[in-house]
Amino acid sequence: MTEFVETPIPGLGVRYTMTTRSDRAVGVVIHHTGRRDLVVYDRADPDAAEASVELTEEEGRALGDLLGGSRIVERLSDLTHHIEGLVIEWIRIDDDAPVAGIALAEAEIRADTGASVVALVHGEDVVPAPGGDDRLTPGATAVVVGSTESVEAVRAILAPSASAS
Amino acid sequence: MDTEPSALLLELGAIVFALAIASRLARRVGIPAIPLYLLAGLAFGEGGLADLGAATGFIEAGAEIGIILMLLMLGLEYSSVELRTNLQRSAPSGLLDLVLNFPPGLLTGLVLGWDLLSAVLLGGATYISSSGVVAKLLADLERVGNRETPVVLTILVIEDLAMAIYLPVVAGVLFGGPAMATVLTVIGALIAVVAILYIAQHYGESLSRLAFSQSSETLLLTLLGITLVVAGLAERIQLSAAVGAFLVGIVLSGEAASEARGVLLPLRNLFAAVFFVFFGLEVDPGLIPGVALTAGLLAATTAGTKIVTGWVAAGQKGIGPRGRLRTGTALVARGEFSIVIGALGVQREADLGAFVAAYVLFLAIAGPILARYSDSLVRR
Repeated sequence: MTEFVETPIPGLGVRYTMTTRSDRAVGVVIHHTGRRDLVVYDRADPDAAEASVELTEEEGRALGDLLGGSRIVERLSDLTHHIEGLVIEWIRIDDDAPVAGIALAEAEIRADTGASVVALVHGEDVVPAPGGDDRLTPGATAVVVGSTESVEAVRAILAPSASAS
Repeated sequence: MDTEPSALLLELGAIVFALAIASRLARRVGIPAIPLYLLAGLAFGEGGLADLGAATGFIEAGAEIGIILMLLMLGLEYSSVELRTNLQRSAPSGLLDLVLNFPPGLLTGLVLGWDLLSAVLLGGATYISSSGVVAKLLADLERVGNRETPVVLTILVIEDLAMAIYLPVVAGVLFGGPAMATVLTVIGALIAVVAILYIAQHYGESLSRLAFSQSSETLLLTLLGITLVVAGLAERIQLSAAVGAFLVGIVLSGEAASEARGVLLPLRNLFAAVFFVFFGLEVDPGLIPGVALTAGLLAATTAGTKIVTGWVAAGQKGIGPRGRLRTGTALVARGEFSIVIGALGVQREADLGAFVAAYVLFLAIAGPILARYSDSLVRR
């Protein structure tokens, strides 16, 4: 798995860098303003940017899509950087979960736990910001956002066997 | 002297227009505009090319607002969390920076026979790099993504935080009366600084939400009002208006802070330029030739000490030789804050003003040039 090194840039934003298998260092600077810089580092001097391309938030997202990224993942990872104490978990919905197959509104997850289901992912099928009618299909993955405790509470509901172990 | 409104408009217009030309020229040559603004101030001042009459009152008030806005914008750049983590992570680099760059100024002042406080002010002027010039430099040279850039910015953050302690202490000594009263003032000032940093940490977000408005006009007036009142109160308790403004900037965070940067920037640009002119006016140009040589030597020395600071600090983060030199040279530029510090002591030691003016002229020009060509100084 590719690992990004995250470095805060005081007053500006955050920089992520990685070294590719072909041994080139590339990085992205995410400014507080939403601006993105795509950076390719110099072969001879790996500390220096050989090229730095300024992208708007929208252009960055479009480029990310082309490169095979998922908008949701990017959006969510964005969130964790801005809000302390917020946890995001991908929880697979068990077949034997008490709420399996029922609609989100009926499951009353937010009322019971305080955490929100912000997306449902079923294979290639992604439902961002699901409504009350969307079902908690067994086998699908729910993206849950909340405090550590509330997300754990959701895990107990959606994946009782995983959370018991 | 003719004191009609027309005289005020004509003089102000002439000054602002001269600054516009200076700014264009600076862009063309690729140096910061600060040294040229200073020269403009020197030219307009007493014993200079043209005398100002009607506009002096405005320039004096504008300069005061300029300092406040510069520090407010600086505070807006950082959150209190950022300040704390930077301090924790990079305290050794910050300390090295202080140990290498403060004493040269201090010692020079003492050797020149100034009193201790004036020498301490000169030490402050040699210590602090220009965040404004350096930040612009990094953007212009497209080095924001470079691996050494966080090292550079971290050192600047620590310097700015050091200013928040240095300024009230110096201001307390400067304006305080008897020794005991001065000590009390200084302690009071430091308690106030710590208290506000605490408030920023715990209530910054809710206060920012309270101050925020969708209307840029409302936001501008709110922020300007709050900042001027806090700066005035700070000045009243001898904490220095500039630090008051800096702390307001620290407290504001999130949306309020990013919007505030947008609405305040044009005002800051105008009034900061006015401040540089004002400083130029305060300095007697006749004194400059007498101090230029010493100031030049000190500039060369403290360019060297900054390069060492950056070299060592970047080395600790595992950065290669070229990056280490880039870090050092990026830090060489001195500018607005050296002048802010120098301005505190102009009335006390006339030579200090001329000295700081000459010193900043050297390093605000040499710093960016060194930074630009630092890569060609080391072989690949």
